[in-house]
Amino acid sequence: MAKKVLAVDDSKTMRDMVSFALRSAGFDVIEAEDGRRAIEKLASTKVDLVITDLNMPNMDGIALIKALRADARCRSVPILLLTTESDPGKKTEGRAAGATGWLVKPFNPEKLVELVNRVCA
Amino acid sequence: MSDDQNDAGASLARFEKTYFEECAELLDAAYGNLAELAEEKACDETMHAIFRAVHSIKGGAGAFGFNRLVAFAHELETLLDTLREGSLAVTPDVVALLLRAADALADLIDEARSAKELVPDFEAGLMQALRDMIRGDGVPGGKPGLKIRAGAAVRDTSEGAVQLYRINFMPKLELFQRANEPLLVIRGLRRLGAVRIETEFSRLPNLAAMEVEDCYLGWRLVLSTAASQAAVEEVFDFVVDDCDLSIELVGVATPVAAVSIDVVSTDPTPAASVALAPESARGETALPPQSIRVDVDKVDRVVNLVGELVINQAMLRELGINLPPDFCPGLINGLETLSQNLRELQESVMAIRAQPVKSVFSRMPRLVRELAVRLGKEVRLVVSGESTEIDKTVIEQLADPLTHLLRNAVDHGIESSDEREALGKPRLGTIHLRAGHRSGRIVIEISDDGRGIDREKVLAKARERGLVAQDASLRDDEIDNLIFLPGFSTAAIVSSVSGRGVGMDVVKRNIHALGGRIAVESNFGAGSRFLLSLPLTLAVLDGMVVAVGRETYIIPLTNIMESLRPTAANIHAVVGRGDVLTLRGVYVPLFYLHRHFMVADAVADACRGTVVIVEGEGEGQVGLVVDELLGQQQVVVKSLETNYDAVDGIGGATILGNGMVALILDVERLRGDAGPRAPKVPQPAGPSHTTSHLRSLN
Repeated sequence: MAKKVLAVDDSKTMRDMVSFALRSAGFDVIEAEDGRRAIEKLASTKVDLVITDLNMPNMDGIALIKALRADARCRSVPILLLTTESDPGKKTEGRAAGATGWLVKPFNPEKLVELVNRVCA
Repeated sequence: MSDDQNDAGASLARFEKTYFEECAELLDAAYGNLAELAEEKACDETMHAIFRAVHSIKGGAGAFGFNRLVAFAHELETLLDTLREGSLAVTPDVVALLLRAADALADLIDEARSAKELVPDFEAGLMQALRDMIRGDGVPGGKPGLKIRAGAAVRDTSEGAVQLYRINFMPKLELFQRANEPLLVIRGLRRLGAVRIETEFSRLPNLAAMEVEDCYLGWRLVLSTAASQAAVEEVFDFVVDDCDLSIELVGVATPVAAVSIDVVSTDPTPAASVALAPESARGETALPPQSIRVDVDKVDRVVNLVGELVINQAMLRELGINLPPDFCPGLINGLETLSQNLRELQESVMAIRAQPVKSVFSRMPRLVRELAVRLGKEVRLVVSGESTEIDKTVIEQLADPLTHLLRNAVDHGIESSDEREALGKPRLGTIHLRAGHRSGRIVIEISDDGRGIDREKVLAKARERGLVAQDASLRDDEIDNLIFLPGFSTAAIVSSVSGRGVGMDVVKRNIHALGGRIAVESNFGAGSRFLLSLPLTLAVLDGMVVAVGRETYIIPLTNIMESLRPTAANIHAVVGRGDVLTLRGVYVPLFYLHRHFMVADAVADACRGTVVIVEGEGEGQVGLVVDELLGQQQVVVKSLETNYDAVDGIGGATILGNGMVALILDVERLRGDAGPRAPKVPQPAGPSHTTSHLRSLN
């Protein structure tokens, strides 16, 4: 069974890039454009990993991580955070909220796949 | 010629036999190592091992005066030496040349053994290519990577020498809260090199106090890797804040295979120590095995003798049972002990004939690789369970069916890379070849993640060929198993690779001949899985002894599902199918053994006899009608073909305790007669296959 990944980002380009890189590596990818949609999707679908952007409308990445860590069903799902070099403080904030790891934008597909493999058994 | 010279000649010939056996093993090992090179899973030891194999072959050839073999092995050895020293880099072109050279070496060994002349200049071109490669000219069209790089290591040249790191990885209790997983961290390390792991249990509380979301274990690891410290630290990137971590460079390692650093545990709790080989290196360190070389004939003689002993013991037991209990109590006890020891002796002897399946598995990666290249596909073969042991005879017979199944998987199963990508699958197709034990049998599994069986196409084809009635409705698994029918081939275009007239029916027949079974499970679009189940040995089997009239037959225990005495209400006559038995709502065709074997005085009514429900691989059940069950017994299988003639529905014969011959039923072949087709009319002129014809078999 292929591992299922939920990619959360308000930018379609970014979602497409993540999806393409992971699908090529044999993952199943579903997408959501913000935190709220992500929570909706997760209510009906079980995933093996969540990759989320930070700045999004409706519900941002940090709030999403907190919500997932508070939810018994999602507590043990690894979460990768997409951050930019410019805000190192966000990394700390994300970790404090319960992110498993992070990935600095812009990233190359191999790096993404490598990091996903590092947190997703 | 003097006697001395005669002796010398004879003994040299004897050594020659040993030499060729050794050559076969060395070649197998060399192919295995070359496969690792090709898959870039090799370590320093790999190249040394190939060199040693070729060197040994050359050394022996010199002693027997196989000059052509010596000359060729010498060139190959020189190239390997250059590669071993690292003055020439291992590129795909080099590996391809080495593989071709290994093939040629095998052919030359064959020539020396059979004294069959090869074409005079057969190896000349290759020898020139080897020499060119050694000089660094490469093969025509060679890549820049082929140039000599003085002092460069065989691989991982950029990272420098192999270093040893001692790592203390003690996660905090809350490590799991961010969904990090220590196992993945350790796997990350293993990707860098060989890891030796010791687990720290000291924080483990009592079960009652244990919190499911806390991490109590810690690990002490020794990593030997050519990677930099930064690369090692990066593995811990996500967990570094959630653990106590120390990474210490402790020295330069000897080659990976020889790493043995003892991390002495100072705390009193028991420590588990495991050595994980790097994914890129060999799993097994080569300890010289304690072994002697024995002629197979000698072993077979022992096997046969033990078989005779088993029969002998059965006879004695039968005599003993008929004695009055107080006749001689010691004798009965003695017979019991004899029977126990004999069973053990038998198992030990069978174990001698057993060999790891590795010898046949090791040829497969090359086959898959070459085929994939030829078909322009990207395919990876993952082999596991190579150390599973199975009877030597079975191993020898296994190569053909396995080759066929793997060819099919690459040719028909795995899609082209572009097609796969379009389907959202990884470009690289994966085929698994696994072996293992399951309930007293060996199971070999070949699975792929290719396109699977197209049931509609299969069914249409089967109807077109008249293998299935137009209106028959078949279950999915029944459709899948149609591919084993004679005269069936799904490939619309018969390619040069598979489907050269040899179908799956031949594979099935070969497996059956080994007392094995084959089944297929498939998921259209997602891949197929072939399961081969084989007996551990061909020489003995556990059987149910049944009586039919005055005859005795053996039904292999592995085929028997249950036995029962039906009532008349459960038996129905169906036109064209004969009698069927309703069993828990399922119709089971009945097969009257006395009719098939033309036994007089047998119980003709199933309600007064016993029905033994038997089942083979992948097909439905059949009820064999017999008079009564006589008991369960281990029987020694004697070939009927060799001693008498092949008989339909009979797998072999054995000798019972009373000295009588009993026939062993081949359930798979019998059932053909009980199925949808009309019962076979016995040939009046032919021999009736009763044991009376076979009493002199022994």
